[in-house]
Amino acid sequence: MKANRRTVIKTSGAMATLVALGIVTAQQAHAASRPGFEARSLQDALRAVGGTPATTDQIRIVSPDIAENGAVVPVGVSSTLPNTTEFFILVEQNPVPLAAAFTIPRGTEPDIQTRIRMGQSSNIVAVARSDGRLFSAVKETKVTLGGCGG
Amino acid sequence: MSSPMRIRAVEEGGVTTVRVLMAHVMETGVRRGADGAPIPAHYINQVEATHNGRNVLSANWGAAVSQNPFLAFRFRGAAKGDRVAVRWTDNRGGTRTDEAAIT
Repeated sequence: MKANRRTVIKTSGAMATLVALGIVTAQQAHAASRPGFEARSLQDALRAVGGTPATTDQIRIVSPDIAENGAVVPVGVSSTLPNTTEFFILVEQNPVPLAAAFTIPRGTEPDIQTRIRMGQSSNIVAVARSDGRLFSAVKETKVTLGGCGG
Repeated sequence: MSSPMRIRAVEEGGVTTVRVLMAHVMETGVRRGADGAPIPAHYINQVEATHNGRNVLSANWGAAVSQNPFLAFRFRGAAKGDRVAVRWTDNRGGTRTDEAAIT
């Protein structure tokens, strides 16, 4: 009897408890609705985003060769592929590789800049969706001081 | 109450360049406080930019976008004086919208 009640209480409160204990971060609990943001490996993230991209030299990644502060790494992604409608920025060595996803409507240039955190030196992978197909380019950025603070 | 975003939108040769600096802690959720307990994640996870009400950029972000996020993008079809609005939403349901005129 006691064991049953405990099991029911445990199960129903499981997710909330895990989040409260920090075993599952709130980020992970939330990310279920946004494909790719719960993936913990580059391969899983790419699969979630839509498959294995074909490499291309028509995506340009602008990022420092060496970033002194991994908490603030400027990254620019641009594409000369036709009808680029989405960009994904991934940091291969981050605990959650998918950092950002952008949807580019018609009339907007496929040219985005932002700043990301890198936990350590890593490949930055930029994926673009062009005419429905995925393409990618890679650039390595070395990091002197990791940026996740963990 | 969150601090305002700084939005600068400049039109030249038919292309409007928008630069936004948002004010947000972008807490990753992996940091631990002095007591060793994890500091909960608190970060912008969605951004939407519009020109005269029409979407010109949407973004989904994870916790790996840097604190006080910077965003720059370019789009066509706007004229000086038009309004560009940027709205962010964070993982705790917080939200903020700011707008600027294109110069």
